Amino acid sequence: MRAAFWITQTFNGLSYGALLFLLASGLSLIFGVMRIVNLAHGSYFLLGGYIGLSVIWRTGSFPLALVGGAVAVALIGIGMERIFLRRLGTQTLGQVLMTIGFALIFQDLALLIWGGDPYSLPLPPALSGVLTVGELRFPRYRIFILALAAVIGAGLWLALDRTRVGAMIRAAVDDAEMAAGVGIRVPTISMGVFALGAFLAALGGVIGGGFLGVYPGLDFEILPYAFVVVIVGGLGSLPGAMVGSLLVGLLDNFGKALFPELAYFTLFAPMALILALRPTGLFGRT
Amino acid sequence: MIPRRVVAGLGAAALAALVAPALSAYPLTLLTQAAIIAILAMSLDVLLGYTGLPSLGHAAYFGVAAYAVGILTVDYQCSFLTCLVVGVALATLTAAIFGLLAIRAAGTYFLMITLALGMVVWGLAFRWVSMTKGDNGIAGVPRPELGLPWSLSLPLPFFYFALTATVVAWALLGLLVRSPFGMGLQGIRESETRMRALGYNVWLHKYLAFVIAGAFAGFAGVFWAYYNGFVSPVDVQLVTSVETLLMVALGGPGTLAGPALGATLIVFLKNFVSVYTKRWLLILGAVYIGVILFAPQGVLGAFKRRSA
Repeated sequence: MRAAFWITQTFNGLSYGALLFLLASGLSLIFGVMRIVNLAHGSYFLLGGYIGLSVIWRTGSFPLALVGGAVAVALIGIGMERIFLRRLGTQTLGQVLMTIGFALIFQDLALLIWGGDPYSLPLPPALSGVLTVGELRFPRYRIFILALAAVIGAGLWLALDRTRVGAMIRAAVDDAEMAAGVGIRVPTISMGVFALGAFLAALGGVIGGGFLGVYPGLDFEILPYAFVVVIVGGLGSLPGAMVGSLLVGLLDNFGKALFPELAYFTLFAPMALILALRPTGLFGRT
Repeated sequence: MIPRRVVAGLGAAALAALVAPALSAYPLTLLTQAAIIAILAMSLDVLLGYTGLPSLGHAAYFGVAAYAVGILTVDYQCSFLTCLVVGVALATLTAAIFGLLAIRAAGTYFLMITLALGMVVWGLAFRWVSMTKGDNGIAGVPRPELGLPWSLSLPLPFFYFALTATVVAWALLGLLVRSPFGMGLQGIRESETRMRALGYNVWLHKYLAFVIAGAFAGFAGVFWAYYNGFVSPVDVQLVTSVETLLMVALGGPGTLAGPALGATLIVFLKNFVSVYTKRWLLILGAVYIGVILFAPQGVLGAFKRRSA
């Protein structure tokens, strides 16, 4: 029974970590290329969930909900970046206030459109139910999340590491000025990365709608998790986001299971420890 | 000679004190709120405006002190003095611990770490139900008994009480930022490497600024708990921290009068708008974006530019 507890909790933690990876990898990439701390990133997650919900109500199709939610929010992200954030340059306080302004607006618009009731995204039959192995039970949906995040993570890694565009993005992360100097269109890269980040966050939101639900306040509840992942893993690092999200997923899950009242403490104390040893995170560079 | 700002600040406080008896209950309530929140905004400005450290978790110290007051008064019937001392001490202690972690980091990392640390306190407020009563909050915090001839449960005496606290905090912070230590902070804001070359202990300056700012945020939190009569996770949430940043940015970072003015503007705006429409978050969000696009130096900064 004790072994079953540990295996189940580890599985739950890893699948939650997989969801966090979708959210945090975008945040990390956006920061890497544009040095923007995007406090509206949790709002992308929430909006993705709500839009996916509306799509699935109309069409009944789960894949359409995934694509619809993610693409719609990617477009919102592009609008935010092109019209507003680009004007600010690198002044941190300005970015914080502007992105939180957007987060408040999105929160209120979501409340206006979808109301205050919590919803759960209906799952397709193929993904509902549990897989039973001996006395262990694994929800199919969580297996799906793990698999999808693994595919997306591998895809991102291949794209960044092996393609020409990926090389351009890495060049822009390392030194935007030099990258521009050798003819890379950094503004276009920035827009693309911002759209990708919003896309991934919203995808996470639709998927999260299937087991976290979608409700007002989810945006500011999930945002700190994305931040902790990025802090632990290191800003702008994809491997960092992978390791960080799995670690945070596990810590959060065991924290909630073992010390329910102090759940946040069990999440943040290890973060503090990592920071004390490596101030730029596990994979971060100075 | 007395600096013009001091005259203006004292003038504003005196004006508020004179007008208060003529006000009806609702504007007086808002003025009391503004006086207390002004302390919080000024304390954040020691970090943001004077030292150049944008903290995203300032509500944590405010909230720790407010919770201390809530628990001490409701469960233990402690006196005002005990609550004040314990509240400020706990806020200072929290800032002293968080500062050890946060001051190691610079720029964006500082921002993210303060956010995450602020969320620790929020998480405790929300989840540590046996201590904080969770989402329900702690209700029924009584107004303090000071043995004065006026009861502080009446709006007007409590306003004077809060205003006194604001003036005290403003005077102390004013002395701080004009002291050699305060000058050192401003030097660090301008150029950390130069200050280090001059032999300043940059880390210690930043750390002390962080702890002092936390202490004053706690001072504000004590009065907030008494004013509201209620403490809940809302007091420590991220939005409260960010709203304080907005007040500082709106009023003008690097001054003390600016954040106080910003706090007053936001408190009144928030309450007036929410009377007329449920969509006040939309409007507040637009204010954030508008301030950054049109008044990046704040109201006082815009005024200064014009007169210079």
